[in-house]
Amino acid sequence: MMQTKPPRAAVAQASRALSLPRWLRGVIRFARRWPLGAAGAAIIVVMILCAIAAPLVAPYHPLETDFAAQFSPPTLTHWLGTDAFGRDLLSRLIYGSRTALLVGFASAFVGATLGALIGVASAYFGGRIDLLIQRLVDLFLAFPIIILALAVVSILGTGVGNVIMAITVPMIPNCARVVRASALAVRQTPYVDAARAAGFGHGRIIFRHMLPNVMAPYLIMLTAYVGQAILLEASLSFLGLGVAEPTAAWGLMLRGAAVEFAETAPWMAIFPGLAISLGVFAFNLFGDSLRDALDPKLRVL
Amino acid sequence: MRRYILRRLLLILPTLLGVAVLVFLLMRVVPGDIVEMRFAEGQFFNAELVAKERARLGLDRPLWRQFLDWLWGIVRLDFGLSMWSGNPITREIALRLQLSLQLAVMATVVAVLLAIPLGTLAALRQDTWVDYIVRVFAIAGLATPSFWLGIVMFLVLLSVFRWIPPMVFTPLWENPWQNLSQMIWPALAVGYRYSAVAMRMTRSAMLEVLREDYIRTARAKGLWQRLIVKRHALKNALLPVLTVIGLEFAFLMGGLVVTEQVFNLNGLGLLFVQSVARRDYTLVQALVLLVAFVYILVNFCVDLLYGWLDPRLRYQ
Repeated sequence: MMQTKPPRAAVAQASRALSLPRWLRGVIRFARRWPLGAAGAAIIVVMILCAIAAPLVAPYHPLETDFAAQFSPPTLTHWLGTDAFGRDLLSRLIYGSRTALLVGFASAFVGATLGALIGVASAYFGGRIDLLIQRLVDLFLAFPIIILALAVVSILGTGVGNVIMAITVPMIPNCARVVRASALAVRQTPYVDAARAAGFGHGRIIFRHMLPNVMAPYLIMLTAYVGQAILLEASLSFLGLGVAEPTAAWGLMLRGAAVEFAETAPWMAIFPGLAISLGVFAFNLFGDSLRDALDPKLRVL
Repeated sequence: MRRYILRRLLLILPTLLGVAVLVFLLMRVVPGDIVEMRFAEGQFFNAELVAKERARLGLDRPLWRQFLDWLWGIVRLDFGLSMWSGNPITREIALRLQLSLQLAVMATVVAVLLAIPLGTLAALRQDTWVDYIVRVFAIAGLATPSFWLGIVMFLVLLSVFRWIPPMVFTPLWENPWQNLSQMIWPALAVGYRYSAVAMRMTRSAMLEVLREDYIRTARAKGLWQRLIVKRHALKNALLPVLTVIGLEFAFLMGGLVVTEQVFNLNGLGLLFVQSVARRDYTLVQALVLLVAFVYILVNFCVDLLYGWLDPRLRYQ
């Protein structure tokens, strides 16, 4: 397994000789041990840079229509072709990464954080409270996700903020269950007993002593959720229940004309789907290696 | 063991009751009701008519009355009539259930056929190029939206074979060939994602089992690798795989909203979206209960199978 790689000590020495900062050395070590994860991380970084610098990177404005160039196939002026309004697909894909990343990060962060808090509290208090929370989690897990999302969208209406809400809600119980399992083990450790004996309050023990020790499952769930959220957002937008036109969003670009004219203008259906797949693929790839690095036994469904 | 089963069975009831309360309240919170939705279609609005229609559907009674009446019906296994079409709910659901069930079963077959051999292979060749290819294939499966895969399938079939699958559903027993030539495509599109989940689980469970002492003992005895994998390792590694297959199957019953739309299938997922859009309270409530029940039942069966397949887990 190791024979194809240069001796680890030599690399460590070289990087120290170059006096690289510690975090960079950590990154290099991660990349050498988990090349697939590093590839995923690289794609994520490129995506984030594209999203931030969209106005500089995109050749056209995402909403700029050009009726002379309707349904143009990929050419030198429009690298990935244009849609039914003559809008440049590449530019819309680049701006679409903003929507995808915003929805992905926001809902994953809120969902995983609330879930982790509930999970840790459930494990810490135990007894009746734990039982009650676990029954509630059971209930939400049995509830069909899509109905939950549909109901939230019907109550709040479409739009980026509401889509984030709709995607976040089903994540919370899921994360609570996984984090609770790890928190139960932390609850048994002597330092938690010691903290209790010292008379610390519940809040202090939960935030200062237990939460830092369930960071591994939390981070793993967080990265897994970013990919899932991007996928869910694409599905909801495709159904017309997510982000509303004319915002550039990958799922929305697959809706309507892209399917109707798939035969004559296949680029309209192919490229947005590729963008979704590549984005989610990158997050999953990175998340997988992160799990291997932090907590190989954890199973994220 | 019997006490455990009994306790688990009793726990099903409060969960189902909770789901019932939740869906009942959720649908009432969603703005607009079925009468408004229907009259909005007809373009005329008459306060008296609206009130009459609401009274006919029992929507003017207090919420707790509506809920208790509905609950009492369910206890007698009477789900009532769809508010929109007026047909019995059991009939509305039965029509779609057959399609959704067939699709879920076919997707499961696709998933198992792909996942178990490939997952095992990846575990046996850990950290080689075989492992990397299987893992990338699996992660790509998780990342590709099934509905997009469906669109691409249509494109390929059309441009390469100048053929598209039939668009109208025929039941399996009426014309198996016609049925399968339509259903195989969504089954493949959904099965790929499904198999990716199971494949990853097979791989990681297999890796864990292969490190156990009894596998080393079997190796030390000089048993064939093939026999060790088949008889000793796979049997134990399949337990967690069974769980994800069960959960995923339950998900397929109601979660295929988008894929069904692309393949023009009139299954449970489409019924879900339609009935939420129409505020068909009775139908949505029955559907949610059905899906929740399948989920709970599958979980229960998986737990029982665990105890049966792995004696170490009994009496817990």
